[in-house]
Amino acid sequence: MEPILQVQDLHVVFPTPRGDVRALSGVSFDIEKGQMYGIVGESGCGKTVTGRAILRLVTPPGKVTGGRVLFHGADLLLKSEDEMRQLRGRRISMVFQDPSAALNPLFTIGQQITGIMKRHGVAQGAALRERAIESLTALGLGEAEQLLCCYPHQLSGGMQQRVMIAMALCVEADLIIADEPTSCLDVTIQFQILDLLVKLQQERTVAIMLITHDLGVVAETCERVAVFYLGRIVERGGVRNLFHHTKHPYTQGLLAALPDPRNWGTTLKMIPGSVPSALELIAGCAFASRCEYVMDICRRVEPPLLPVGDDHLSACHLYAS
Amino acid sequence: MAPVSLGRRMLGGFLGRLRPEPGSGVWYFRRDRVAMLSITVLVLMVLLAVFAPWLTPYPAQGRGTPNIATKLQSPSTAHPFGTDPLGRDVLARVLFGARTALIAGITIQVVSTLFGTVLGAVAGYFGGWVDEVIMRITDVFLAFPPLLLAMTIASVGEPGLGNSILAITMTWWPWYARLVRGQVMSVREREYVKAARGIGVNDLKIIFRHVLPNVMTPILVQSTLDLGAAILTVSALSFVGLGVPPPAPDWGAMVNEGRTYIQNGRWWVPTFPGLALFVTIMAFNLLGDGIQLAANPKARGVGAS
Amino acid sequence: MGQEVLLDIKDLSVEYVSGGGFFGRNRRRVRVLENLNLQVLRGETLGVVGESGCGKTTLANSLLRFIRPREGQVLFEERDVLSMDRASLRQQRRQMQMVFQNPFSSLDPRMDVLGIVGEPLVTHTSLRGKALKEQVTALLVEVGLGPQFVDRHPHELSGGQAQRVALARALALNPKLLVLDEPTSALDVSVQAQIVNLLAELQERHGLTYILISHSLGVVQHVCDRIAVLYLGELVELGPRQGISESPKHPYTQALFSSTPVADPDRSSKRIILEGQVPSPSSPPPGCRFHTRCPYVMDVCRMDRPAAITIEDGHWAACHLL
Repeated sequence: MEPILQVQDLHVVFPTPRGDVRALSGVSFDIEKGQMYGIVGESGCGKTVTGRAILRLVTPPGKVTGGRVLFHGADLLLKSEDEMRQLRGRRISMVFQDPSAALNPLFTIGQQITGIMKRHGVAQGAALRERAIESLTALGLGEAEQLLCCYPHQLSGGMQQRVMIAMALCVEADLIIADEPTSCLDVTIQFQILDLLVKLQQERTVAIMLITHDLGVVAETCERVAVFYLGRIVERGGVRNLFHHTKHPYTQGLLAALPDPRNWGTTLKMIPGSVPSALELIAGCAFASRCEYVMDICRRVEPPLLPVGDDHLSACHLYAS
Repeated sequence: MAPVSLGRRMLGGFLGRLRPEPGSGVWYFRRDRVAMLSITVLVLMVLLAVFAPWLTPYPAQGRGTPNIATKLQSPSTAHPFGTDPLGRDVLARVLFGARTALIAGITIQVVSTLFGTVLGAVAGYFGGWVDEVIMRITDVFLAFPPLLLAMTIASVGEPGLGNSILAITMTWWPWYARLVRGQVMSVREREYVKAARGIGVNDLKIIFRHVLPNVMTPILVQSTLDLGAAILTVSALSFVGLGVPPPAPDWGAMVNEGRTYIQNGRWWVPTFPGLALFVTIMAFNLLGDGIQLAANPKARGVGAS
Repeated sequence: MGQEVLLDIKDLSVEYVSGGGFFGRNRRRVRVLENLNLQVLRGETLGVVGESGCGKTTLANSLLRFIRPREGQVLFEERDVLSMDRASLRQQRRQMQMVFQNPFSSLDPRMDVLGIVGEPLVTHTSLRGKALKEQVTALLVEVGLGPQFVDRHPHELSGGQAQRVALARALALNPKLLVLDEPTSALDVSVQAQIVNLLAELQERHGLTYILISHSLGVVQHVCDRIAVLYLGELVELGPRQGISESPKHPYTQALFSSTPVADPDRSSKRIILEGQVPSPSSPPPGCRFHTRCPYVMDVCRMDRPAAITIEDGHWAACHLL
């Protein structure tokens, strides 16, 4: 079966007075229908840009300079702005990190949800209200009727985020791009939301692209994962493979740096150095400057993403051989 | 005082601006043609004003001495801007008028900004009753249209440049007080201010070392933009006879006196002072815009994540 | 780590008045912290965990006297910080310093590192010029930054570097106590590890006492000797790291610890999902504040506030179940 989203060799560049910042350098991955896909990495790795590039919402002066983004087989990068507008919020929906910033403070929840449905022609008249209530209830928001009359600021962060997801669901999107949807929320609320996402994803076969920096979240909710570093995917594959049989020094470093009950009080294993500037043109592997297994070839040749196991790819000279 | 002396920091800052780092505010400013043009125009204006007595063969006329014999001559090589009803060379008048305009504008701006900033900073930082008292005072001033208020105050004293400067300054400062207060209130909650308190730095030092420097950019922009307005207000006061008394040169007064002469075809009498006003105010406005654009990264649209 | 009490927090209550309306009709008292009692031992690392609205940031602010609590005492080496006069407070500031969550907003964007780290020294000592620069450089080296950082400005630093500068500034006056308010929350995982290691190193070298406030349980468990759990302004459980992590006794603590995402896809332990939202601090539930979300709620919970029950030496929880 064809994947619902196929990103192929995507390149995004941000021109700045100091030179071009290569936000994405050849990113490729596929998301199947109804799958929970995790995009994980630290700040500056390009994960948010990926989400925006798919929706053609890269902040100017940044632009997509290469690659294809196939949604149901059609290249989004070739579509007109009008066609994209039809798609956004309808077939592909985005849930942002800070729900209070994404919801309009001047309109009630009801107005915003029905507004979206109206705009995309999903329903009319009385059906609008019904669907809105249905979506909100599906997300565990009791008393949905009263909620419709509330303004965003009257709701807590967790509730606001549920409303955002409800808005994505009521238009029956095929793909939801969730950019750090729980980072602004408390830990106990976080899992309420994530559990809901997983449940909904399974019930309605919605594909979800979950962008996060939290490896724990990815491990517990996603089926497949792509690890980003400096605009490139360094490791990719099924979540079990990736976490239990990690085959890239960066991913290993990230996992080792996490506090773990087994080594309380000891020195955490750190990744030495820091992320290179995105302005530099790096020949060879982006992680070479910090890798403890670095070899001569790593500095000269950029490692391609190659299979290192069943449904498991890694861009590393060490493991590729 | 800050550990590294203020003098050295200022010098370093100035030298740094001569070759600015790409992407910095100053760098954008220097690439902004309009802003650079407006700075050039203003520098030129200042030079013309400063050297006025030596730039014209008729300095006495510039200051006001009439010469009826040459009255109302159209522009010529001897009088490039023509002469006014009292026979004075209009170019000389415009040059000396520049002095009035610039002295007035700069004095008004500097004094009102300083005064307003101090009061606004104190009100914004300390809050409570200090804030209430200061704000109520500013409210009183802000309740009146500035021009009307200036005219009222000016009419109390004797007409003169000093009088009109004073009057306008008194109506000007509340705007800055308000502006600064708002800025200070937002900066006050920033963590670096808290950190300074945690170190034990006393409040006054915090205001001068941490709060004001981080607040000054929008204030400076506003102040620069308002310079044009200040000059215009002085001219307006002169226009209605409350500003600089004749025969002293003032562009507004010149436009007023020369109004009727357009009908008789003596167009040069009000036109050149009017143009001078226009160019100066425009230059200040564009300068202010330039500073604002350069200082505000969001306006330029740069970012990657 | 001895048993000597460095900081003794007694009956700390903080409230603020919100609302106002016209003529103050709608004013509400929001009790952010309620009768908090806590002792911090010299040389230990005490973790304070809780979610939004629990009052942990207010606690930090109270300790450093950034806000004035309604009642209570904060005894630092037996002297009450909250009732000190100006001069004593100024001296007191040398003993207790705070490191803030967002490294960038805690550094004045217009100052260079020399100015930032030098400010405490300039305020309290007579060091100037070359001597000052040397001292600042020494501090920077201690936190792992080279002398070339002296001229940099905050926007030229990475998150980790900025946090190190903040640490250098906090250490400048040789304080005994450091209050760390979410010091790694704004940092990437790899940088977080660096900072955590650095904190441990510095503590060892200078005999520091830390109060670590965080919502990141992983970091807290890794670094802290004892953990205090706050919910809606009250302390619900306090105990040694081992005890609390392995057998949390308060239902909230249990839920909190089980909610932490673990980087293991095969994690099998049950997750306790709490229902509902955190109640608003302006109208806390009567009785036990947690009863509205507690999976084991009983009638008594709705009416009476639970007292602190000692479970083991140094480990107690406030719950009617015990």
